[in-house]
Amino acid sequence: METLKTIYVNLPYILEGTYVTVLLVVGALALGFCLGVPLAIAQVYGSPIIRRAVGLYVWFFRGVPILLLLFLFYFGLFNVIGLNLDALTASGLVLGLASSAYQSQIFRGSIQSLPLGQFKAGCALGMTDRQIIKNIILPQALRLSIPGWSNEFSILLKDSALCFAVGASEIMARAHFVASRTYEYLPLYITAGFLYFLITLAGIRILRRVERKFAIPGYTLSV
Amino acid sequence: MTTLLSVKNISVTLGNRKILDNVSLDMHAGDLKVLIGPSGAGKSTLLQCINHLITPDEGEIHLEGKKINTQSNAELCHLRQNVGMIFQDFNLFDHLTALDNICLALVKVRKLSKDEAQKRARKELDRVGLSNRAGLYPAQLSGGQKQRVAIARALAMQPKILLLDEPTSALDPELVGEVMNVIQDLAKGGMPMIMATHQMDFVRSLATEVLFMEHGTIIEQDTPKVLLADGAKTRTLDFCSKLNNLKGCEL
Repeated sequence: METLKTIYVNLPYILEGTYVTVLLVVGALALGFCLGVPLAIAQVYGSPIIRRAVGLYVWFFRGVPILLLLFLFYFGLFNVIGLNLDALTASGLVLGLASSAYQSQIFRGSIQSLPLGQFKAGCALGMTDRQIIKNIILPQALRLSIPGWSNEFSILLKDSALCFAVGASEIMARAHFVASRTYEYLPLYITAGFLYFLITLAGIRILRRVERKFAIPGYTLSV
Repeated sequence: MTTLLSVKNISVTLGNRKILDNVSLDMHAGDLKVLIGPSGAGKSTLLQCINHLITPDEGEIHLEGKKINTQSNAELCHLRQNVGMIFQDFNLFDHLTALDNICLALVKVRKLSKDEAQKRARKELDRVGLSNRAGLYPAQLSGGQKQRVAIARALAMQPKILLLDEPTSALDPELVGEVMNVIQDLAKGGMPMIMATHQMDFVRSLATEVLFMEHGTIIEQDTPKVLLADGAKTRTLDFCSKLNNLKGCEL
């Protein structure tokens, strides 16, 4: 009874953390998308030097643990360059940069899975490379990316709990804070877990709906 | 007769293998040249070199007497707008309806308004007998219909020359006819074409010249009457009779 009351009393506080988590994840995914698409295009169609540079970027952000990246940027780099960001913005930025590396590889895979003839046909009609990428390649590649992208969403959502370590007051931070104050560790962690569970479910449902909405008629059997 | 297009001494090398070896040809108004030859002879490569989908290692392309500067993207786009291309595997844009497949380049390249583009696209779909399929996506069309949409897409750009790379070889036999009918109508309408094909009826009746290719060069070049005459000792006749033997019918 006591336990339930503790959860009930602290629920609004933790739910506020849900809002913070969603904000963080949506922001990071959006940043990751905006950087990931050009990165993928650069890696597929760029000159050897550009491809190499993108490769290094991706290697760095995929090669370092998210927690280390958070510390590196929040306590290290941002201080050195005098960028004074609050924990939430800084976390969003770091998660977004890391996500862009992962997302770029999802998009690159989709772009490279398209038949070469799609590009050739655009060329043969006198379209420029830019027009072909924008009007022919991306619309198809992005559709193919949705299943892989929903993976990135669910991984990033759970990575966002790490931002607790630099002081972003999201679900994990708040649940832990209440738990250590009330000593009701198990129930509060279960509550936090349940919230992550629900957000994952909602996100996956939304993406599934997007996938259906943009499905090309006759192109895929399921969906 | 004005020369529409000249291909001058084109060579393509891959490693130390010559895919195309010093090939030249001229296209005039009303020409219908047919490329015949075994696979690997360089027919596709030649066609794709003509509109620079493949960049040749040596040689020049002249469009209406003017040399194309291949370093200039604008000139390459200009060349490709005037030289339509039909592929063996159609290459329709899978995410667009038949109508939008045709409209895309009209809007982006020819800079037509959306309405004008749709009007022209419908006219072209009508010409290939598919006006009732405008709203369908490629995955909802049969192979023959896809190829006809691809032809309509190329024609809508109002090219001066059409290149066709084995347009019927990916189709099952029952669908070849509908595509060949469209191509025949175009040929009769005087559209200059270079076509790789093994449709011998078409070659005999409509081709103005047959180019037989092997090992990256044109080894025989004459009218179908000469090359395919009964008892002619030509590589072309030899090859074509083998084709017909495969199909189990008389030449």
